[in-house]
Amino acid sequence: MWPIFDYGRFVSIISSSDVYGVVWMRSLAQLHKMANLRVLVGVKRVIDYAVKIRVKPDNSGVVTDGVKHSMNPFCEIAMEEAVRLKEKKLAKEIIAVSCGPAQAQETIRTALAMGADRGIHVEVTGKSIDGDNNQTGQMTAALLDWPQATFASEVTKENDHLKVVREIDGGLETVKVTLPAVITADLRLNEPRYATLPNIMKAKKKKIAKHKAADFGVDLTPTLEVVGVEDPPVRQAGQKVESTEELVAKLKDSGVV
Amino acid sequence: MAMRPSHVIRYVLEQYKSYRVPNVTQSLPSWYTKGTNGSLDSWSRCVHGSVALTQKKAERVPLSSERFPQLKRGEFARVTDGDLQVFERLVASRVLTEPGDIEGHNVDWSGTCRGAGQVLLRPKTTEEVSAILRYCNGRRLAAVPQGGNTGLVGGSVPVFDEVIISMSLMDKIISLDEISGVLVCQAGCVVDKINGALEPHGLMTPHILGSKGSCQIGGNISTNAGGLRMLRYGNLHGNVLGVEAVLANGDVLDCLSTLRKDNTGYDLKQLFIGSEGSLGVVTAASVLCPRIPGAISVALLGCDSFAQVLQTYDAAKKMLQEILSAVEFMDRASMEVVQENLQLTCPLGAHRYYLLVETSGSNAAHDEEKLNSLLGHLMEKGMVDDGTVATEPSKVQSLWALRENVAVALRADGCVYKYDVTVPMSRFYDLVVDTRERVGTDATRVVGYGHLGESDIHLNVTCPKHNEDVFDALEPWVYDWVAKCKGSVSAEHGMGILKRDYLYHSNTGPVVLLMKQLKGLMDPKGILNPYKIFPD
Repeated sequence: MWPIFDYGRFVSIISSSDVYGVVWMRSLAQLHKMANLRVLVGVKRVIDYAVKIRVKPDNSGVVTDGVKHSMNPFCEIAMEEAVRLKEKKLAKEIIAVSCGPAQAQETIRTALAMGADRGIHVEVTGKSIDGDNNQTGQMTAALLDWPQATFASEVTKENDHLKVVREIDGGLETVKVTLPAVITADLRLNEPRYATLPNIMKAKKKKIAKHKAADFGVDLTPTLEVVGVEDPPVRQAGQKVESTEELVAKLKDSGVV
Repeated sequence: MAMRPSHVIRYVLEQYKSYRVPNVTQSLPSWYTKGTNGSLDSWSRCVHGSVALTQKKAERVPLSSERFPQLKRGEFARVTDGDLQVFERLVASRVLTEPGDIEGHNVDWSGTCRGAGQVLLRPKTTEEVSAILRYCNGRRLAAVPQGGNTGLVGGSVPVFDEVIISMSLMDKIISLDEISGVLVCQAGCVVDKINGALEPHGLMTPHILGSKGSCQIGGNISTNAGGLRMLRYGNLHGNVLGVEAVLANGDVLDCLSTLRKDNTGYDLKQLFIGSEGSLGVVTAASVLCPRIPGAISVALLGCDSFAQVLQTYDAAKKMLQEILSAVEFMDRASMEVVQENLQLTCPLGAHRYYLLVETSGSNAAHDEEKLNSLLGHLMEKGMVDDGTVATEPSKVQSLWALRENVAVALRADGCVYKYDVTVPMSRFYDLVVDTRERVGTDATRVVGYGHLGESDIHLNVTCPKHNEDVFDALEPWVYDWVAKCKGSVSAEHGMGILKRDYLYHSNTGPVVLLMKQLKGLMDPKGILNPYKIFPD
């Protein structure tokens, strides 16, 4: 979903329940070399994209029980980018975080098998699927007051900032962001690796810290209510006509013209 | 705006070339462009759907009548205008005679066999098939029944000017009994569509193969297709409970039982399973369909010696037992061909051999525990050098795609000589090694892949175009090699026209004699799929 880059010491609301708020020390940071980047990657457990989605009979949502879930493919791309940064020695630690039900730990394990060093699981009960809202990265940047570069298709580190090529409707846009920053991944950023057996075995020993939303004093009462979920309308069969006259006649018949 | 829809739009526009995204050098990743029709493993990265070659491509393939000059056209009548009028009456408006419409049906999938059929008929009901055959038998017109035309031995296309009877419009599902799992359907149902219809009921076809997007159940039955899960579910002789077929004289033979057990006389339906349309045209079938497993996992393993491969297979059988559902083998050359020709990604590095092990069960936790302990054991004992495992449907499909698309990838090399043989397991890969040595640098590649579980190896040799030297080096040498170790010259592909000369390599004289007698009894004029299976 989004990797967050932190240059220097990074103490956050997530890593310690005693400290509230974000603290970072720029001066100390500047003395550190590049390899001190720590990357926080959000990974989400969603319905596997190869599964056919079915709407519940009462239209309250989609069927999630017994349906195969896996890591959101964009989260895989974000994880892959973080692992590549670590391989290039630009990052020293990768932390995978997921907010979700107990099964989210499987997703974190996959992230660990891909190369994350440790995981954080914040238990959040209730329904959760990918709503394709495209808000999390942007909201996080706003809450942290960090710069953001979204829809990244290329990320390069230059001295103390990042150069990010973004995919926008008109083509590509290149931006510079200072660190720490929030980046959101786009399709073309990379092709995620499969976790290979030695890494899968290693991942079993890596730690996942468990927390509850209440530990951070966060109120999860929803402010948004999903009123209904429907299937898209069934596509009507087209009709072939032999001539323009027939076309006009049919259009008139159906009241379109 | 949400992230994904804009990229869908851009992708669609890119495809139609009305919009150019500047500076984009990477193509979209394969997972993004594929769709799903709802079936659990229905996806294949490269569409195997459009089987018919374009007319131009078809015309480049030499006619079988020229390629096999020793073949003589049988004593059959030729199609006249009078015949066409009768066909029009029998199969109203579904008689095709335009070359543009027929050419794709005259050439087989591999682009090596081309017939000169002039008429294509598309019946919709068993009665129409019966009427067609009764007429053809009376007139002594030869006919070729054709399903999805995905056969690999030239058995589904004419050799001379046989009438092509396409089963494609007979694609109705007649009934499904959810409790017993018995499906009754017409012969022209495409396997992928059958699985799509079965999926909401939690069922699937007992067999699956790479050509599932195009192949039809009637064709699968007529060729006794094996496929990728035969290890677990057995072959069609066991899973087909009933067959309705039309005999050469137009009589409809109704053996369309849905009973699991029925020992009342001779089991005639078995005659149609694997006889390649030469004893009758299959028009409907009842198939026993197993439940879709609740949990499917796939492990792709890399080994660097064949001894490791056999040890891994042994360990998999011992430690997975009842959940083991497939063990497929690929060599480095076959992995390379899917990477080079189809741009698929292999999650592992270069290894000499790859094994794809699939487990299917009803309880994910139970299966994962067994699979993890197997993988731990394999790593510990050094039986594999690397591997990856997947439980999510999308990743399972991606891993299967590597194996399912080898045949498609090979086709892109140009001319493919295919051999599908059963050999003793200890000598499974020896044939490939010997072939590589024999053919040398004349061939583009020599690959070996296949169903390790049934000791069935697909040996494929590719050249940019037909190479007489390579062909002469291969045949009959490959078949002699197989006969020497008492293997089968055609494990699952059948004989068709390409392998008919080698029937005696795997069958004794008396056996073939009885086969011919049966053929003579059921099709005295020999109009059904002539020139196939038996050497002259």
